[in-house]
Amino acid sequence: MSFIWTIAEQHDGELKAVSFELLARGRALADALDTRLASVLIGAEVSEAQLQELVVRGADEVYYIEDRRLAEFVCESWSNTLATLVRQYQPAVILAAATSTGRTLMPHLAVKLNAGLTADCTELAIEAGTDNLLQTRPAIGGNIMATIKTPDNRPQMATVRPRSTVPLPRDPQRAGKIIRVPADEAEVETRVRVLGCRTDAEDFVNLEEAEVVVAGGKGMKRAENFALLRDLAAQLDAMVGASRDAVDRGWIGYPHQIGLSGKTISPKLYIGAGISGSIQHLAGIKTAETIVSVNRDPDAPLHSIADFAIVGDLFEVVPELTRRLKALKAAET
Amino acid sequence: MLAYQEKPVKIIVPIKQVPETGNVKMDPQTGTMIRSGAAAVVNPLDLYAIEAALRLRERHGGSVTVVSMGPPAAIKAIREAIAMGCDGGVLVSDRKFAGSDTWATSYTLAAAIRWMGGSDLIVAGERATDGDTAQVGPGLAAWLDVPLATYVAHITHASEAGISVERLTEEGYQQVELALPALLTVVKEIATVRLPTLRGKKRARQTEVPLLTAADLDLDGARLGLKGSPTKVVKIARPKVARGGERVAVNGDPAAAVDALIAFLEQRQLVTGGRQ
Ligand SMILES: Cc1cc2nc3c(=O)[nH]c(=O)nc-3n(C[C@H](O)[C@H](O)[C@H](O)COP(=O)(O)OP(=O)(O)OC[C@H]3O[C@@H](n4cnc5c(N)ncnc54)[C@H](O)[C@@H]3O)c2cc1C
Ligand SMILES: Nc1ncnc2c1ncn2[C@@H]1O[C@H](COP(=O)(O)O)[C@@H](O)[C@H]1O
Repeated sequence: MSFIWTIAEQHDGELKAVSFELLARGRALADALDTRLASVLIGAEVSEAQLQELVVRGADEVYYIEDRRLAEFVCESWSNTLATLVRQYQPAVILAAATSTGRTLMPHLAVKLNAGLTADCTELAIEAGTDNLLQTRPAIGGNIMATIKTPDNRPQMATVRPRSTVPLPRDPQRAGKIIRVPADEAEVETRVRVLGCRTDAEDFVNLEEAEVVVAGGKGMKRAENFALLRDLAAQLDAMVGASRDAVDRGWIGYPHQIGLSGKTISPKLYIGAGISGSIQHLAGIKTAETIVSVNRDPDAPLHSIADFAIVGDLFEVVPELTRRLKALKAAET
Repeated sequence: MLAYQEKPVKIIVPIKQVPETGNVKMDPQTGTMIRSGAAAVVNPLDLYAIEAALRLRERHGGSVTVVSMGPPAAIKAIREAIAMGCDGGVLVSDRKFAGSDTWATSYTLAAAIRWMGGSDLIVAGERATDGDTAQVGPGLAAWLDVPLATYVAHITHASEAGISVERLTEEGYQQVELALPALLTVVKEIATVRLPTLRGKKRARQTEVPLLTAADLDLDGARLGLKGSPTKVVKIARPKVARGGERVAVNGDPAAAVDALIAFLEQRQLVTGGRQ
């Protein structure tokens, strides 16, 4: 029996990195409890090699629920299908990613299973003596860290913030079982019809998965100036983000907004230019590994949480940085 | 499209009153928020849910009613929603509900919505800015057994039979059609929020807001409040805020400042330097 489960995510048959991050989390918990780790994948047309990859990355078992009608995420049918599987195998812990899918599926499933659920965890541990899962998450806009447990209900469920941990290295020698689970006819029935996915939307970004984010705020002065950030982003393989003030002024689209009412990101590197660092903006970047700020106001709050602060005019600093990075790249080749 | 005369759509919007961000205090003993003192507002993300519902009403007729679970003072949030144009509101308040986690909250709200006679559509906020879980909306859909679409950025079509929406996901906008009754949670992109009007404010003062307690609702007492919540807060801590980073001033020499930054980025292996 597998006691720790992770919910893997795939897109177009390709596993997402967050699936491996979850396995790294799950492996640590399973080892602490001396138990087994399984990954559950729902979808259609996922190759054997991809399923095997979950084993290579730490799973002892892979449950693959394959059905054409489950290929796209629909909360209702996925939740029904999973609830049956959970009742059958009774895992002690279920981890999913704090993505649009995980954050929708898990609360729905938790109600069906009478289970406790903690959102957006950044730390997970096993409590000595009780074997309860200790789930730590930022709350109140990142101002506090709350540790939560579910002493009486099982399974213990948590969503885990993407990029809050690194996947385990591949171990091609690892052995594991792949178990194909047929979907139940009644459960794939749903009152939701997927019509398609529009990826052509102008100005669409998947900021949450970016390794590097270059963000601009009101200090950018006008929409055209975001070109400076795009040039910099091109040198860093980065995506462009923004503060709410920049979005509200129409300089850039809402999918770029970072913060309390936008996206929460955990990139390796965040560079904020012309952003003051309001508490609401900081809520979205606190788990970034490295924070760089460029602001001419020495007292800007972003400076005080930055790992590297440049007090100066962004219109001087940003183009200079772009130029230097370009030169570095040219020197390399 | 559904015409006004046909069948008016009944929309319910669950809204939460939250402390204004920035000045929230926690009780270190219980791990719950100290609500007294901090100014309370309608959860800013719920304003988009209200706006989306009002726009649907403007196009298709019907009514928009808000429901809020919270302390008696949360009536202020309901009046604010009415001032924006909502038809009415219901307050769900009882000491027995205190300390509810999202599981218990969605359980209680589901009972309140049943008491209200259900609805054709429920539009919730994406998440509350205090708890920041985004769990109550999906939880409500599960309790009420209605189809769910989260992170809705656009409503493209609505008729008596169903509603078509675009969900903001990591891959793009997922386009889905839901049979009614259904539940949506909406993101900020859905619309620009209107301000309350003077006339609305006057109406808000005059509108009677029913108060529901645990006794009014069909509820299992073991599932309420702190006791009925599966999750327990065991510890709260302040994360380290200042990173004590390096700082350089440009002072007329951006090249020097950028030099220092590049050295720093190289040292952290965030850029591959030209050095061997
Ligand atoms: C409920 C609520 C939710 C919110 N959610 C969010 C959210 O999700 N995300 C978000 O970002 N905000 C959010 N806000 C807004 C937030 O409070 C701030 O208003 C916003 O973050 C400020 O944006 P800014 O830093 O771009 O602008 P400002 O605070 O005006 O800062 C601009 C900065 O640019 C600097 N500057 C100007 N010119 C230059 C130059 N030439 N070179 C260098 N520096 C320069 C200035 O010194 C200043 O520090 C929210 C607010 C509320 C009430
Ligand atoms: N106490 C409450 N009363 C009414 N609605 C609520 C309450 N708590 C949460 N909600 C609704 O659920 C959404 C998500 O809240 P949360 O899960 O707490 O992040 C909010 O935007 C509201 O629409």
